[in-house]
Amino acid sequence: MCAQRHWECVGRCLDSIGVCGIAGLFSKSPGVSERLGLHLSEMLLQLSDRGPDSAGVAFYRDPAPPGWSKVSLFSADPRQDWAGVATALGAGEPEVHGSHAVLVVEAEAGEAVEWLRERYPELRVMSAGEAIEIYKEAGRPERFVEEFGLSALSGSHALGHTRMATESRVTTDGSHPFSTGLDLCLVHNGSLSNHNRLRETLRAEGIEFQTENDSEVAAGYLTWRLREGASLEQALEGCLDDLDGFYTFAVGTKEGFAVLRDPIACKPAVMAETDDWVAMASEYRAIAVLPGAEEAATWEPEPGRVYSWERTPVP
Amino acid sequence: MDLAQTPLRELNAALHAPDVAGTWRVLNPRGAHALAVGIDAPVEVEIDGHAGYYCAGMNKHATVRVHGNAGVGVAENIMSGTVVVDGNASQSAGASGRGGMLVIRGSASARCGISMKGVDIVVQGSVGHMSAFMAQRGCLVVCGDAGDALGDSIYEARLYVRGSVAGLGADCIEKELRDEHEAELGALLERAGVTDCSASEFRRYGSARRLYNFDVDHAGEY
Repeated sequence: MCAQRHWECVGRCLDSIGVCGIAGLFSKSPGVSERLGLHLSEMLLQLSDRGPDSAGVAFYRDPAPPGWSKVSLFSADPRQDWAGVATALGAGEPEVHGSHAVLVVEAEAGEAVEWLRERYPELRVMSAGEAIEIYKEAGRPERFVEEFGLSALSGSHALGHTRMATESRVTTDGSHPFSTGLDLCLVHNGSLSNHNRLRETLRAEGIEFQTENDSEVAAGYLTWRLREGASLEQALEGCLDDLDGFYTFAVGTKEGFAVLRDPIACKPAVMAETDDWVAMASEYRAIAVLPGAEEAATWEPEPGRVYSWERTPVP
Repeated sequence: MDLAQTPLRELNAALHAPDVAGTWRVLNPRGAHALAVGIDAPVEVEIDGHAGYYCAGMNKHATVRVHGNAGVGVAENIMSGTVVVDGNASQSAGASGRGGMLVIRGSASARCGISMKGVDIVVQGSVGHMSAFMAQRGCLVVCGDAGDALGDSIYEARLYVRGSVAGLGADCIEKELRDEHEAELGALLERAGVTDCSASEFRRYGSARRLYNFDVDHAGEY
């Protein structure tokens, strides 16, 4: 064994803790739900140094009434006429945040998305479902939090990401979270190596992709497994066999969120729980900003093990 | 020093002052990185809360106690002195450490003692996978269990584990726990303040010396 090999091996293990920050917050109390946006914003700002290229969030909030659905849209045109889109779609008043708008439509999510793509091909559908809203933008997280007015948002749970770009360009499209299915989203710290091939396999299964990003493939993989009848936990366990690369994932669904690290545990993650919230982040300092963090049960998630929390539906 | 009011750089600069002495208490660490790094004096530092990455890195002579958990790379490259973590430690605890002692009262996650070069590490809980990867010198003592691939590509470090070992890494084998090892282990446990287990309950692991060109005549040089 030579010195060069030694340092290559050790260096690879020690260097891999950087690149991208992720955060997730799941509320267990009305107080935390009320201030979910404020808390997640503070978490993101702590992770700004890990990902200065772009930032993004997914919020689960204000579920659409039965028969209605919710669509998040992005427009590159700063003067986008969102009211016009809403009227054409028969949607209620659009909720505009920065370059994005959320529309609540009396239609199935799939139908609304199809109609939008046909009628407004210049708009990008960021998410669709009952409760999910996605906002993301290139640029520093500080500016993002302010421009999108995140601090004012309430909700049941939320995920966030600060990106240091590796596998695809610094654009809004390449930013996280990625959503490839209704009410499902994924944020990723790491890098996948078999995403090109897997993307083709999933396309053949009818999963749609909007970018060349590796993390979107992971989201697509989960969408496919869930569509085929797997539970979220089973779908995530499938990642251990079918994804090649390194990752810490945080995944959001309508009811909850889940965390998975690759079996080598290249990427950092820390979790904490109190009576009021469950949180995960790339670094503890992003958890330290939460109320009661000092007294929280705090641990490092084990490699290759799925951690998940679900909201029990109100009877 | 209260880090809610004082910038971290001021704390570290003060700890690097040529005439630094006494006991320092650090309040509100809130997961800050590089806390109390690069100290080169026999001071005592008490950190009241959780530390971020690389806490007490490159430590020389000082005693640093973390009254909470520690993030990635606690006491990395420690040269001498003592670092004690009351809670758990994240990955790569004691990485590349050359001397001194690291004590973790809870558990350490993956790659504890990676590339250790003379530091003694005592973990009262368990350690994660790939611990003591390419370890060269010093002792890693684990009172609980060890994860997969313990001691992969190990050189001359000595590993003592009381509980189960999920798997040994390349070129790492179990070795006989002889009297001199029991004596060494007993002294380490005592120095670390571990009183609830005795040296005879441990098993010893080390290098089979098949993976690198080891010449026993040069053993003293490692």
